[in-house]
Amino acid sequence: MAYSKIVMDHFENPRNVGKIMDADGIGEVGNAVCGDIMKIYLKIEDDTISDVKFNTFGCGAAIAASSMTTELIKGKTVDQALQLTNKAVMEALDGLPPVKHHCSVLAEEAVKAAIDDYYKKHNNKEVCGASTCATGK
Amino acid sequence: MKVYADNAATTVVSKEVVNAMLPCFTKIYGNPSSVHTIGQEAAIELENARSTIGKWLNAEPREIFFTSGGTEADNWAIQNAAAIGAKKNKRHIISSRFEHHAVLHTLNKLEKQGFEIQLLEVYNDGLVRPEDLQSALREDTALVTIMYANNEIGTVQPISQLGKICRDHGVIFHTDAVQAVGHVPIDVKEEFIDLLSLSAHKFHGPKGVGALYCRKGLPLNVFIEGGAQERGKRGGTENIPSIVGMAVALEQISRNMERNSDKVFALHNTLIEALSAIPRSRLNGSREKRLPGIVNFCFEGIEGEAMLLMLDALGICASSGSACTSGSLDPSHVLLALGLPHEIAHGSLRMSFSEYNNKEEVDYIIEKLPPIIQRLRSMSPVWEKIERGE
Repeated sequence: MAYSKIVMDHFENPRNVGKIMDADGIGEVGNAVCGDIMKIYLKIEDDTISDVKFNTFGCGAAIAASSMTTELIKGKTVDQALQLTNKAVMEALDGLPPVKHHCSVLAEEAVKAAIDDYYKKHNNKEVCGASTCATGK
Repeated sequence: MKVYADNAATTVVSKEVVNAMLPCFTKIYGNPSSVHTIGQEAAIELENARSTIGKWLNAEPREIFFTSGGTEADNWAIQNAAAIGAKKNKRHIISSRFEHHAVLHTLNKLEKQGFEIQLLEVYNDGLVRPEDLQSALREDTALVTIMYANNEIGTVQPISQLGKICRDHGVIFHTDAVQAVGHVPIDVKEEFIDLLSLSAHKFHGPKGVGALYCRKGLPLNVFIEGGAQERGKRGGTENIPSIVGMAVALEQISRNMERNSDKVFALHNTLIEALSAIPRSRLNGSREKRLPGIVNFCFEGIEGEAMLLMLDALGICASSGSACTSGSLDPSHVLLALGLPHEIAHGSLRMSFSEYNNKEEVDYIIEKLPPIIQRLRSMSPVWEKIERGE
């Protein structure tokens, strides 16, 4: 399995690992049967992601994609974070092997699930509709 | 430190093997089919190699057919037995759930051609039960193919009992012995084996060469058309350097089998005891009935490929049966056949040793592996749930 240098760096030194105890939104996607679970915790202040942490069960690519994703959305507004695509995650990682593309999809879904959770908790129905569409649920 | 703990995948070629192979490229380079002296020198090497391979299996030289490896030998053996069966209208084949894909994929192909394939259970200890075979046999059973030892978990099957049952019923018995040859004593006569596959690179020989044993009296169909080589059964100029290398490798490992086995079992036991102390870990397959040197563990809450990458960064080469390493969505069919749930099978790690490994290397693994497991668990939402008791 040939991983890029960026993937290996994010796997070996993952950024933002951990949990946020008073998170404003938590998203968990994937399942253990398939071998990948990503859980993203968001702290949101003034519509901006002020802090983000992750926990991941999965392969090297899953851990690296989670780590990169947290870097990509930290400091961004919620709307900007919703625009994050799996393609952007892959590009930032300098590519993933074809059998690992689903790891970047999982990362995108984890962010959307966490924002969805944030909307639900804050009862912001107007934007909630948009996020529901975004997660495809 | 560099630790090669993936000897079940392949082994280093021994110096003696390399030294025996080299003259076959430059001095004994003739075609064994040629009448002249240089060709006949090669023919002598070829037949000597055949005798050596036969000797260590208790087979006659004429029962040994050289192939490109274990996969080819499996394909040949199974298709041959199926063809013999089909002539007598026998289209039932018995195998096990955790065979190598060289066997399973050949069986899938036969199934599409109208054969009925029945796979025996291997239970949580990774062992086929002779009584299961006994009750599965039918009037129309053409072949029983059960591996000698499993390549992922190392469990050794009760081959002589299975062979006896087949012989008593007049059913052809094939065993894929790729992982076992050179590591445990094998006697094709005492164990009632009709067909056996082996591969050189699993016992310090070169890659791309193996052999099929076919019991005298059992018809063997032509596998590759095109020449009189291998008694007309497999055309193509023989790979003399590799065949000579394979024979030297088998001679060397078989002569030292007892000593190697004691050494490798000691390493393997040290590792099993140390890893068993890790919470929520389990050894896969029977602890007793196994090959020396194959240690396969599952560690709950983490995924195998991540472990492999971290081990590799520390110089430790191992393997895993996780989906990520198999290139499919499912973890290893061997671990699933043991009844392990998918999420646990994803966290498997196989470490396999040979006589080239030593105690320092095993101690190094024992030092480095637990912190890796701890680190991956600390970032795993699955482990978090396990710890909370969910």
